Amino acid sequence: MTDNIETDVVIIGAGPVGLFAVFELGLLDIKCHVVDILPKVGGQCAELYPEKPIYDIPGFPMVTGQGLVDNLMAQIEPFHPTFHLNEMVESVESIGTPEAPRFRVKTSENETTFICKSLIIAAGGGSFQPKKPPIENIEAYEGTGVFYAVRHMQMFRDKKVLIVGGGDSALDWTVNLQPIAKRLTLLHRRDAFRAAPHTVEKMRSLVASGDMDLHLGQVASLKGEAPVLEGAVIRKDDGSTFEVDCDVMLPFFGLTMKLGPIAEWGLNLHENLIPVDTEKFETNVPGIFAIGDINTYPGKLKLILSGFHEGALAAQKVHRYVYPEKKLLFQYTTSSTSLQKKLGVAA
Amino acid sequence: MGVIHVTDREGQRHTLEAIEGWRVMEIIRDWGLPIEGLCGGACECATCHVFVAEEWIPKLYPATEEEEDQLDTVVTQPNSRLSCQILWTPELDGLEVTLAPTGT
Repeated sequence: MTDNIETDVVIIGAGPVGLFAVFELGLLDIKCHVVDILPKVGGQCAELYPEKPIYDIPGFPMVTGQGLVDNLMAQIEPFHPTFHLNEMVESVESIGTPEAPRFRVKTSENETTFICKSLIIAAGGGSFQPKKPPIENIEAYEGTGVFYAVRHMQMFRDKKVLIVGGGDSALDWTVNLQPIAKRLTLLHRRDAFRAAPHTVEKMRSLVASGDMDLHLGQVASLKGEAPVLEGAVIRKDDGSTFEVDCDVMLPFFGLTMKLGPIAEWGLNLHENLIPVDTEKFETNVPGIFAIGDINTYPGKLKLILSGFHEGALAAQKVHRYVYPEKKLLFQYTTSSTSLQKKLGVAA
Repeated sequence: MGVIHVTDREGQRHTLEAIEGWRVMEIIRDWGLPIEGLCGGACECATCHVFVAEEWIPKLYPATEEEEDQLDTVVTQPNSRLSCQILWTPELDGLEVTLAPTGT
């Protein structure tokens, strides 16, 4: 089903900088929708280091990644942004003019189409995607013998399945697929697992009862004439190798960030970063802005606080695109009744 | 002052001036070699994975459990380390590492 949504601004990325942009735009009466590929908001803060302390957010001597995200969500609540999680922006098409930009923005598999006046890219290091292990020719088996996620369990019924990894995904799918697989093998680099203890116990009991195999080592190469996978050569720590027969391999090596489709939107790029000016944080395409870790300019520091500043300045220019007839009055939240009304705190 | 030797993914060896108190990841990144260091040294992403020459392994602090957890997310060898977890000191003058391959 295709949704068509008309809005002022689409923000790509629900990390701290994208979230704070909602606030700055909201103060200027600009409505936005936020798209993120992850199933939750917070970006790297929530995905990579939710428990890690951050010490350089102004006004917070210490805040955790998740704590910062929770506070930002509370701060932007008055503006009721709409989030589109588990979605990736695939294409951006300019349908306006440089003076009055308009864009048609489509997310993965055309799930959602937005028509907007400005686009703010706050995508950090890019979109989170499964980490692909550096194994020769692995791409040739992707989609037939190699999968980085399980969409339909039944695809693996009566298959010889090789799962690689030692985290929650690897262990969860090991115990879930073991009953339907012809034979299940779990491969990990060491005999320690950072997954829920009861899942690890379950896996160990399946190994003890002979209902699945556990091997320690790394995949050195794949066997079978691509795209048909027949097995994997496993290298142990002592350098010796052995083979495991498999029809499918599921590597669960966590997530990494890739620039992805952003590279195809006609934006200038410099080493996978988007050059912007430091007045408006606008890209070479009028109406498309880039803020936070994904942009670059002379003196750029990849700090969350820089991204907050960038969002505030970008919002000023966005206002001119969204309300070309209106003069923008600069106001403070401490003193402006109109801003306080927007925040729902007016006396 | 001292140096580290870094072999890149094309097999070329670079000798980089090292700075005491910097992490090896930071030295490699500062010299412009292709190391991602996505999480900025928080031991959360394993994109600074290197292979350390055997003779240097005993001279390093062993990997913490946190580092081992991250090494679970890459294809390791017994000499795998995360370069963000190696703090350079003059005792590591001449340290020899190789950038690990990355997936596409």
